Amino acid sequence: MSLDPFYLTYPKRAVGYDHGLYDYAPLAQRAPVQWPEGKRVAVWFTVSLEWFPITPSDTPFRAPGHMQTAYPDYRHYTARDYGTRVGFYRLLDAFAKVGAKVSVATNAAIAQRYPQIIADIICAGHEIIAHSTDMNGTIASTLPVEQERALIAESLATLEKVSGTRPRGWHSIARSQSFATLDLLKEAGLDYCVDWVNDEMPYAFGNGLVSIPLNHELSDRQIINVQQQSVDSYATQVLDAYDWLKAEGEAAHSGRMLPLHLTPYIIGLPYRMDAFEALLAELAARPDTWFARGADILDAYRTKP
Amino acid sequence: MREGAPDPELYDFTPYRARKPIVWPGGKKVAVWVSPNLEYYEIDPPANPHRKSWAKPHPDVVGYAHRDHANRVGHWRMADVMSKHGFKGSVSLSVALCQHHPDVVQDANARDWEFFSHGIYNTRYSYGMDEAQERAIIEDSIRTVREATGQTIRGWLAPALTHTPRTLDLIAEYGMDYTCDLYHDDQPFPVKVAKRRLLSIPYSLEVNDHYGFFIYNMSPRDYAQTLIRQYERLAAEESGTVMCIPLHSYLIGQPHRIGAFEEVLRHIAADAGEGGRAWITRAGDIADAWYASQQEDGQ
Repeated sequence: MSLDPFYLTYPKRAVGYDHGLYDYAPLAQRAPVQWPEGKRVAVWFTVSLEWFPITPSDTPFRAPGHMQTAYPDYRHYTARDYGTRVGFYRLLDAFAKVGAKVSVATNAAIAQRYPQIIADIICAGHEIIAHSTDMNGTIASTLPVEQERALIAESLATLEKVSGTRPRGWHSIARSQSFATLDLLKEAGLDYCVDWVNDEMPYAFGNGLVSIPLNHELSDRQIINVQQQSVDSYATQVLDAYDWLKAEGEAAHSGRMLPLHLTPYIIGLPYRMDAFEALLAELAARPDTWFARGADILDAYRTKP
Repeated sequence: MREGAPDPELYDFTPYRARKPIVWPGGKKVAVWVSPNLEYYEIDPPANPHRKSWAKPHPDVVGYAHRDHANRVGHWRMADVMSKHGFKGSVSLSVALCQHHPDVVQDANARDWEFFSHGIYNTRYSYGMDEAQERAIIEDSIRTVREATGQTIRGWLAPALTHTPRTLDLIAEYGMDYTCDLYHDDQPFPVKVAKRRLLSIPYSLEVNDHYGFFIYNMSPRDYAQTLIRQYERLAAEESGTVMCIPLHSYLIGQPHRIGAFEEVLRHIAADAGEGGRAWITRAGDIADAWYASQQEDGQ
């Protein structure tokens, strides 16, 4: 038994990455970034607002949170809808209470089906990030590039038409991309993408699109659904992260980012909301907090001293 | 090992009870070593017929980017906390990191950390290699680390824990002193190899941060408590043991985890001074101390 000799060749073994998507730059060696009013911690909520067709698609893959039982999967279809009808409105009210402006990663299907939600988001001063078409709109390198281009265009056109503003940010379902995605996003006129979790501050991809990493571990999905921790543990972890980032930012004379990804059908349940609102109140009470939308972070990052 | 046999005959059976205790330098009870995995995962690796690399079609954005966090952010955060409390690392190194991100390797070397090989990339598996191919990755590892750091590697943790039946014989033949791939004991034990000698140094899957967070789904504070309990139990036993804390900075170096982890290092460091029970050390030093203690016993 032996392996194909090619397996022991390393054509990309050289300084830097084994791809050309972005350059290497360790955070510790990068110039400080200043947030408005000298705040240390940009607390950036991104709420995913999703519509799951009861007819799931596995091409190129089935989205996390999608239908699981044999057709018709009433339990998951309606439980996801609960997040949109009820949980999301609890979140909107909670954000209003502390004056937090947030990003909402929105499926175009939400805009098409429920324009009232879009009006409520815009009216509250939140930002819409484009989040594909609906939860069948997954992307991977197995999706033909023309279909991927069309999916991005359709998502942006619909969200722009209903909201009156073209989204500046993009979030792929499950953060899944093809090798073409970053160029397609740039080509579509987007300014930033939140899928890559390799950093904790904004940085530029090679094509000029900006990466604003939306931590996938500090999310209600990962901590509460996947790791099966309580909402109290979630809140403790968020505050522990805050404390660390604040101290690190002070030492580095730089702002730091605390990205918090939320899912209305997870965090927006009655028995979790009180703890979440208490967390929001605690964050709001801290003098170093800057509640920021993705676009605000982008603008602050681009305004280098 | 004995290839194809039901018992691979890696080592002798030695029950924990009634062993002669090991006394570590300074009369310490537990040799504590921290093993950061400094890794490089390829975004588009060639396929190994025996194991798939990424769960998703390439690029697996989350899988790749999560691990890249180590080399952009996590390493320095983890390493600074270790240095602050007097812990040097024994690095499980994807040796191609010496080429891709020499900044990380040089930082670890400047902190006087020890390096052992964890293969070329963590996306190239040993499964299916013939002897010449396996010799090639061992020789590559020795040469690459020597050129990058001046150190001669003394140990091996198989890339992504992928072995062949001849791996242990080969690394011993090349002069390595220890393997981190066997999990049968809390004390070092000799491994049966064809030529020379080889010691198994207890590494750990059970208290590996990857297991803590992704197998046992612990919160950061629960994981920290787990490490403290592991330490306290071992320190209370008479045997003289080894406690390894294997880390991945893209996990332990996340902002919601590093603070709780720092408390573990503070706890152990507080028990390392005069009269304390912890010997904070590196893998190669544990091997040296174990061989030295055997010589004393032999006299």
